[in-house]
Amino acid sequence: MRPPSRVREMPILRVIARALVPVILLFGLYVQFHGDFGPGGGFQAGVIFAAGLIIFALTFGVEALRQVVSVVLTERLMAAGVLLYGAVGVLAMFLGGEFLNYSALDPLTTGHHGQHLGIIAIELGVGIAVAATIMRVYYAFVGRRLDGDGEATEPALGAEPGEGTP
Amino acid sequence: MIEKIVVLEVVLPLLAAPVCVLVRHPRFCRLFSLGVVAVCFAIAVAVLLEVRGGGVISYQLGGWPPPLGIEHRVSTVNAYLLALVTAMALVVMSFDSRGGPPRVPEQRRHLYYAVFLLCISGLLGMTITGDAFNIFVFLEISSLSSYILVSLGGHRRAVLSAFYYLVMGTIGGVFFMLGVGLLYQVTGTLNLRDIAARLEPSLDDRGTVLALALLVVGISIKLAVFPLHHWLPNAYSFAPPKVSAFLAATATKVSFYLLAMVLFTIFGAPFVFEELRLQAVLLPLSILAMFLASGAAIFQTDLRRLLAYSSVAQIGYMTLGLSTANATGLAGGLVHLFNHAVMKGGLFLVVACLLYRVGSVHIDALAGIGRRMPLTSAALVIGGLSLIGVPGTVGFVSKWYLVSGVLERGWTAAAVLILLSSLLALVYVGKVVEVVYFRKPPETQPIDHVREAPFGMLAPTWVLAAAAVFFGLTTNWTYGVAKEAAELLLAGGI
Repeated sequence: MRPPSRVREMPILRVIARALVPVILLFGLYVQFHGDFGPGGGFQAGVIFAAGLIIFALTFGVEALRQVVSVVLTERLMAAGVLLYGAVGVLAMFLGGEFLNYSALDPLTTGHHGQHLGIIAIELGVGIAVAATIMRVYYAFVGRRLDGDGEATEPALGAEPGEGTP
Repeated sequence: MIEKIVVLEVVLPLLAAPVCVLVRHPRFCRLFSLGVVAVCFAIAVAVLLEVRGGGVISYQLGGWPPPLGIEHRVSTVNAYLLALVTAMALVVMSFDSRGGPPRVPEQRRHLYYAVFLLCISGLLGMTITGDAFNIFVFLEISSLSSYILVSLGGHRRAVLSAFYYLVMGTIGGVFFMLGVGLLYQVTGTLNLRDIAARLEPSLDDRGTVLALALLVVGISIKLAVFPLHHWLPNAYSFAPPKVSAFLAATATKVSFYLLAMVLFTIFGAPFVFEELRLQAVLLPLSILAMFLASGAAIFQTDLRRLLAYSSVAQIGYMTLGLSTANATGLAGGLVHLFNHAVMKGGLFLVVACLLYRVGSVHIDALAGIGRRMPLTSAALVIGGLSLIGVPGTVGFVSKWYLVSGVLERGWTAAAVLILLSSLLALVYVGKVVEVVYFRKPPETQPIDHVREAPFGMLAPTWVLAAAAVFFGLTTNWTYGVAKEAAELLLAGGI
């Protein structure tokens, strides 16, 4: 779907967006990896990162964003983020600790390094999952164009459009 | 060994769901989720064997000791529920519904399995955890996924009933959350055992009484206690039959466990049943459920709605057992959890078989099906007899102990009413059996083409039908565990 022509013809918007989007993405990564020292963390970072990409889509069109991040990729990343979080917990179990006991990740030292490693890994999982989920929600919204009789064109899980019910 | 892996009960299905989303292959997802559920069942049985006789398994998540850290705590009470939920999940999962719900296209079917696994994970999490806020989180996981599962029914009204279920379920969840918040304000802790130890309930303490009221109402919506049951008949009759079988066999059972845990472990039987006298509300509502819901079931023309209303009535028996607050009655209520799961799960699987072959479960469409589908119809009869409570079936076991518990309490009238309500069950079961075996099929709709259901459907159905007879004859397992759980609850333990 292309943006309305007025937006496409706004050079100021396009120039500023082009300049801002990389900064927003970088800031998202900063919040992600600074989360263990100060305010921040996976959830906020994921939201900021996805917001940067959504600004890109609003200015240059959803198709441009789809070429970077496809809908299927967002679904896969959602699952991968959750799996990363869970895998850290299961890894801790294999190393002899309880589920999500990060101290077990670094058996050699007193455990602080393990805690540090663990929190970075699970927050990365949170960040990936949140960013992907927000983008998937965005795709779901912009994908729902209404045709003549008001039926949504993108089928939801289990609903096929335009088909009568028994 | 087993105390080190008890957390896998929740973690396995929770992580299997994203694996299904990643792999996207429908057949792989089906076999994979079946395998995961089988492992969960094995762990649940091992845990139950370990804790029987008063054992307790406590698992500290992340290595943080309770009450600050989150604790998973398993005793006979919730080990019984874990075994029940995983067993029913295994049987329902192994039911081959030939392509899943009708309206999930092939390329999205992996999401159906992912949602199913999430629902199982939420139900197991609510059961296993020893942390009040954790219960709320798992409650939301299981609820959100069950709304999705209900909406896949295929009929347009499935979406509407899923939405109605969502609204009611969210109200229930909010009530529960507010109750937990008040308890936290009063006690300053979220660990269930710690709350129970610090709470000194008294009628003068408005905060505590309000917390109890909010928790009971919130859980009662989820449990579909009589006047709050309106979401249930629609949700069960428009959901895919496999989903109805699973939800009827597990979701309300876990809510019942939560209610018992809140009343007996957190607030304690002396406060709830002697000072507050909650049975003055619970008992009449249970009896109303038994009669009005059974009465409504008699007038249903759709087999699924009939079974759904009968579920509301059966929940009345469970809460009746709860309100006796003595070991026999409570054990009767708890054993009815398992027994009702077996018979109602089996009956909804019969519905799935009938829907697959006949295409409709409107009672008139089933005329003469007994000749064409003898095995399916026989399973229907066994489940029906069990609903009535005929000796030799699980329904009889439940009613026997319920009546004993009620008589022990001195409520003779209630015992008579239990027996009278069984007559209503006789009427609605008899109505179906009469049509299936003795009525001639209408000439406009010949049923000559209808064949017996395929093996992949019949086998799980008959596992449950056989269990309904087996556990009706041998009660060592079911009643033995339920009695131990009831005594533990009455002593205020979990």
